[in-house]
Parts: sequence; C-alpha cells; structure tokens
Amino acid sequence: MDISPLVYYGSIFVLAIFVGYYVVWSVTPALHTPLMSVTNAISAVIIVGAIIAMGTESSGTSGTISKIVSFFALIFASINIFGGFLVTQRMLEMYKKKAKKDV
Amino acid sequence: MFNDFMSVDLTASLYLLSGVFFILAIRGLSSPETARIGNYLGMSGMLIAFTVTILNLEDNSLPNLILIASGISIGGLIGTFLSKKVAMTDMPQMVAALNSMGGMSAVLVAWAAFLSPAAFGLEVNGYIATASMVEMLLGILVGAVTFSGSVIAFLKLQGLMKSAPVILPLRHVISIGVFSTILVCAYLILAGSQNDQLLFLIISILSLTLGLLLIIPIGGADMPVVIAVLNSYSGFAAAIIGFTLNNLALVITGALVGSSGAILSYIMCVAMNRSFFSVIMGGFGDEGTGGEQVKETRPVKIGSADDAAFILKNASSVIIVPGYGMAVARAQNSLKEMVDKLKELGIKVTYAIHPVAGRMPGHMNVLLAEADVPYDDIYELTEINSDFAQADVAFVIGANDVTNPAAKSDPNSPIFGMPILEVENAKTVLFVKRSLGIGYAGIDNDLFYQENTMMLLDDAKKMSEDISTSI
Repeated sequence: MDISPLVYYGSIFVLAIFVGYYVVWSVTPALHTPLMSVTNAISAVIIVGAIIAMGTESSGTSGTISKIVSFFALIFASINIFGGFLVTQRMLEMYKKKAKKDV
Repeated sequence: MFNDFMSVDLTASLYLLSGVFFILAIRGLSSPETARIGNYLGMSGMLIAFTVTILNLEDNSLPNLILIASGISIGGLIGTFLSKKVAMTDMPQMVAALNSMGGMSAVLVAWAAFLSPAAFGLEVNGYIATASMVEMLLGILVGAVTFSGSVIAFLKLQGLMKSAPVILPLRHVISIGVFSTILVCAYLILAGSQNDQLLFLIISILSLTLGLLLIIPIGGADMPVVIAVLNSYSGFAAAIIGFTLNNLALVITGALVGSSGAILSYIMCVAMNRSFFSVIMGGFGDEGTGGEQVKETRPVKIGSADDAAFILKNASSVIIVPGYGMAVARAQNSLKEMVDKLKELGIKVTYAIHPVAGRMPGHMNVLLAEADVPYDDIYELTEINSDFAQADVAFVIGANDVTNPAAKSDPNSPIFGMPILEVENAKTVLFVKRSLGIGYAGIDNDLFYQENTMMLLDDAKKMSEDISTSI
C-alpha cells in the first residue's frame, strides 16, 4: 500500500519545522536582520512552481491566462530571490570588514 | 529532451539537497564568520532547485525557455538594483517589500495551478482533487494576507502612510465578516462546481482585504513583530503551495521560514512583554494619547554638546544605547567617530542593544556594522544590563521607551513588565533626543527628570558631530 502524498509531505513538513526551530534559535541576535532577508530569499523557491506552470504545454483561454499569471509569478519570485540574497550578502560583507580590522 | 534523463527519484533527491542547503544557510548565521559561506550555500540551493525544475520542463522549446529566461532577468535586474540601492536604515521596508513579492508569487502560482490543473497533475476524473483544492485555497489566503499586509507594513515604514494605528469602527466585526465570507466561498467551491473561477477570484480579493484589515490597526512600535509575522506567513504560504505541487524543496523551505518568522515574533513579543495576541489585535503605539494632557512641570537638566564632551572625556567607561532615532537621523557614522575619539583617550566604550530597538529584529546591529563598529563591542540586553551600575556614562541616542524605568516601577504604565536597559543605574545619563516629547508607546520617561540625567536636545547626528568636535 502506498502512503498518500499528503501524509508523506506532511511528515517532512513537521520534521522541517523542528529543524527550523533548533536552527533558528542558534542564530545570533546580531544577525537577525540578515536572517530575515535570507529566509525571504529562500522562501522564493516558490519560483519552481512558476517555472513548472510556465513549462506546461497548455491550451485554451485558461491555459493562456495560466501562463501569463505564472510569468508574473516568475518575475516577483526572481525579485525576491535576487533582492534577498544580494542584500543579505551586502549586510554580511559589513560584518566581515570589521572582523579583519579587529583581529 | 532531458525529461527521460531526470527520474522522479533523482528529481526529488535533488530538491531535498536544495532543502539541506537552505538549512545550512540559516545555520551559518550562528556567527558572523560562517554567515557568508551560509549565504553562498543558500544561493547554491536555489540554483539546484532552479536547474532541476528546468531539466524537468515539459515544454522546453526554445521560445518558452527564452520567455522563462526573460522573466527571471526582469525580476533579477529589479531585485539586484533594489539590493544595491537600499540604505541600511531602510532595511525593514526592504524586507517588507520582498515579503510582499513572496506572498504575491504564492497567490499567482496557486492561480496558475487552478487554471491549468492538468499541468500540475491535480486532476481526478476531470476535476481538481479536493485535497489539492483545499491546499490552493489556503495558499491563496495566506499568500494574499502576506502580500497586502506587507504592502501596508512597507507603506507605514517608508512613511508613505501614517505609522499610527488606523482604528476602524467595528474593525473586529469587519475582519470576522470578511473571514467568514471566505470560508463560505471556499465551501461553495469544494461542495459544488470545482472550477468556479469567479468564486476563486472573490476569495483572492477578500483575502487581500483581510491582510489590509489586519495590519492597518498596528502601530509603528509593533512593526518588528509585524514584519516577523509576515515573514513567517510567507514561509507557510510557500509550504502550502509545496503540498499542492508535491515539491520537497518548497515544503522544507516553507517550514524553515515559517518557524524562523514565528520564533522572531516570539522573541520580539517577549522583549516588549506583550502577548502575541495583543500585538495582532493592534491599536498600540498611538502617538500622543493621554500623555500630552498632563503637562510635566518637573525640572529637566538640559546640556550642550560641550557639557556632554566634558562629561564623556572624564569618564572611564561609557555604554552607548542606540535606538530607532539614531536610524532616522542616520547618525551611526557620526556616532562611531565620536566613539573613536573617546577610545583614543583610553575610555572603554561598549554598545547595549535592546531586542526591539529599531523597526526590525537586529536592525541596530546592522546599522552599527555599517558604521564599522566591531561586533565584539556590541552586547545584548541580558549580557550588559548589570554593567550599567559600574558605568560612568550611559549615552542614550535615539532610544526612549526601552530605557524607561516605568516599565519596572509603574504597574499602570502600558509598558510595565517590559525588560529595559537599566541606564538609570549609570553615574550619568546623557540622553540625546530631538525634543522632550514622548516615545512611541505614548508615555513619559521618568529618566528625563532624574538628578543624574542630562538631556541633549538636538538631532542625533548633529549632536554626535558637535560632541566629536568638542572632544
């Protein structure tokens, strides 16, 4: 008997919440802002949904609308990914400079 | 062409791998040394997820690939531009804006799946499977609330909208009404014609309205919590869509981001001694309620930059307490210069940061990092609080409510019970403030009238520069 996808992904979801819980508590408070921007960026992995929708051979009106909608999803998610990772990197660079000067 | 090469198992394993990379990205943030590597791992995780998805495309004709590439290029350019341009003081707005993007893409992906369910394998006998439908509706709800809520948060933080709470009459009734209507529409979709696009649209619009209603009554001081909560929502929206698409990377990432935002909201609430519920209900942080009627008559000692410079020069240890006012005045660099001069004189200078200083978690740390303040000099509330008693000078710049002794002594104070930085224990308190006005919580600060307090009434940046010159 096959396990239903809901239970399968549900189990992973629950375990991932626990992983998230412990990993996030280990983040130093000084880096809470980068934490927010980087989690922002990775949550934009939803881009895979947009790409899947773009890449289907669809037909009819709703198929066309679906493509248009997912094209916009693609743009929004890309803004989120690039903006999030790069702004995180920019912040972390600032922490780097000091570390050198201090040591 | 690659479809045959990528087996289902390989695809799932690679999505799992990108999930692992995302975990490591967050894990890296446990110290500034490992944080940058973590960020690169995060990027790699994203690249893996992206590549796997492209290799699995059904329609990988050249025009379609070009279309996808152009969408990513447009978004990528905008995102890159924003990330280079944003000032560190504006980071809360930036995060709110990015959050809204995430929420919106969740809504749009749910719509795309709703419009062409066959493409996502959601159809059973020509209808969308009930479980998938529930997931999509939830995705729409959470995604739309994230989007409109983040937009409002952005407008408030950017100053395009008043940061004071907007209290509608019967606001709870309205919110509950909107939410109930969403539930009814969802029921109608599930019970009846599954492909009813009109109902789906109504739910989307109502969800957007709900996000708006939830955030407008929340005041400026509660913004750190709001941003963290919306961050959490954006994660859960992604996770829900992950269930619809049966995608491991989305489910794992969504759970991580969801719990991250939830923990940050919790930390912020504890730091303000406010229950999560009362923040969400809103109405707090209304500037100018009460406080103003009672005219304060107690004497206040007001000093000049020269007075302050004299006191600082003769101190042997100084603790700086920065707050949102420093961010607004963009005073971090001038402050750093002032501190450098003090350090040259052999004075020990440290920084004390309250968890809710600023408009988002860790905001002050980033600003001080921008000004090249070594992070070893920066301490959290619990680490440094007992040191104030030994300090000669507590230099409060742009902070107010987080130093208010009323939080300990006055049970009637709205901030009673909130952990504060005990600056009043220092031998001298120098308090840089633009005027003798009240803080965001709308309450007077007893600290102003203390014997050992000297008020320095000026713009934070100008005051720091003037003190530097005097030293």
